[in-house]
Amino acid sequence: MRALVAVMCRELRLAARARSDWLMPPFFLLVVVTVFGFGAEPNDPRLSAFAPAILWVASLLAALLTLERLFRADYEDGTLEQMMLAPLPLYLSAAGKLIAHWVLTGLPLVLLSAPLGVALGLDGADVRVLVAGLALGTPCISAIGGFVAALTVGLPRAGLLLPVLVLPLIVPVVIFGAGAVRSAQQGLPVDAPLYFLAAILAVCLTLVPWVLSAALRNAVD
Amino acid sequence: MLKIDRLSLSRGDRVLFSGLSLSLSAGELLHVRGANGCGKTSLLEALAGLRRVASGVIRTQPDPLPLHWIGHRNALSASLSPLQNLEFWAGLHGADAAAADAALAAVGLKPAVRKRAVRSLSAGQKRRCALARLLLQVRALWLLDEPLDGLDADGIALMADLLRAHLDGGGLVVMTSHQMLPAALPGVRELALDRLGSS
Repeated sequence: MRALVAVMCRELRLAARARSDWLMPPFFLLVVVTVFGFGAEPNDPRLSAFAPAILWVASLLAALLTLERLFRADYEDGTLEQMMLAPLPLYLSAAGKLIAHWVLTGLPLVLLSAPLGVALGLDGADVRVLVAGLALGTPCISAIGGFVAALTVGLPRAGLLLPVLVLPLIVPVVIFGAGAVRSAQQGLPVDAPLYFLAAILAVCLTLVPWVLSAALRNAVD
Repeated sequence: MLKIDRLSLSRGDRVLFSGLSLSLSAGELLHVRGANGCGKTSLLEALAGLRRVASGVIRTQPDPLPLHWIGHRNALSASLSPLQNLEFWAGLHGADAAAADAALAAVGLKPAVRKRAVRSLSAGQKRRCALARLLLQVRALWLLDEPLDGLDADGIALMADLLRAHLDGGGLVVMTSHQMLPAALPGVRELALDRLGSS
């Protein structure tokens, strides 16, 4: 447990010295949603109808901004090799990095989505569903994106390849996340899509650290 | 104890070397020499388990044998200080955080240097910081890839002291170096890797 905390503390220390890395995703989300607002007519009711898709897609793209760097520096400076030889299993080190990534990237997006949802015309109940969906969905984005980042860490220009590989894998998360908010807007039950999101998260938490560590070993070999 | 039996390594289609057999006992240092590209680093990576072997067997006793690996790269985060880097490695290895500062002091890094960002340090200071990892926890096998790179005369003398203490304590060392080894080290054996068969 102490070793896992050491991995997460290191990530937070690194983030404290590279503020632009973790300020960029919420700023990106803010800019994209604002631009959508400027592009629509004032008080256009269709904006609130599209709000779930706008917020989910913008959050997804914002989270993607930081994924390429998740393992890149560790791969280049030799830290990854050392992690493989440490007593802490690599899947736990990888899990620690994913948790830190979500705290630094996903959590701010979840928190920012509430005022942005209101700005796009969602009512209080819809915003609660949006936040709940993102709270379940953004860890999935960190996990699935982290796996693809590990697969591509040894490749040149992985930054171009990463979104192309990640986006199709994330589609179910966006469908259920945005679908939950649409259901709330229409007065329908939201339990089913949120349960599906929780199920995807459970699968990610149980499988991704293992397959991710295998991808990292393959990259170093 | 480390035993290598008919080991062959390849990189892509190219065979680096084949038929390497040797055994290393407690208190012995294997100095691996050879021309650039003959497979010195690959041999160390294979011994660390970081590289698949083409054929042959590597055995250790006990299995697995706890090891420290110092590669070409120092495994230091440039934006953190040496102390913060070492505290991370201490935490990951289950060592006491206080051991980090003691290890940096033992490799000759002054208190002010220990708190500066690694990116502002010289190559030799970064290498000393990497070598400090050897002192965080006692491990029987040291795999050192060009550990003397960037070190000044004091640093090389310090490295000799570290090696001597480790060998005297019954440790094993496999290291590559293009430089002459510090004098009066016990149990040194030489391996010229480029004289082995390859294609």
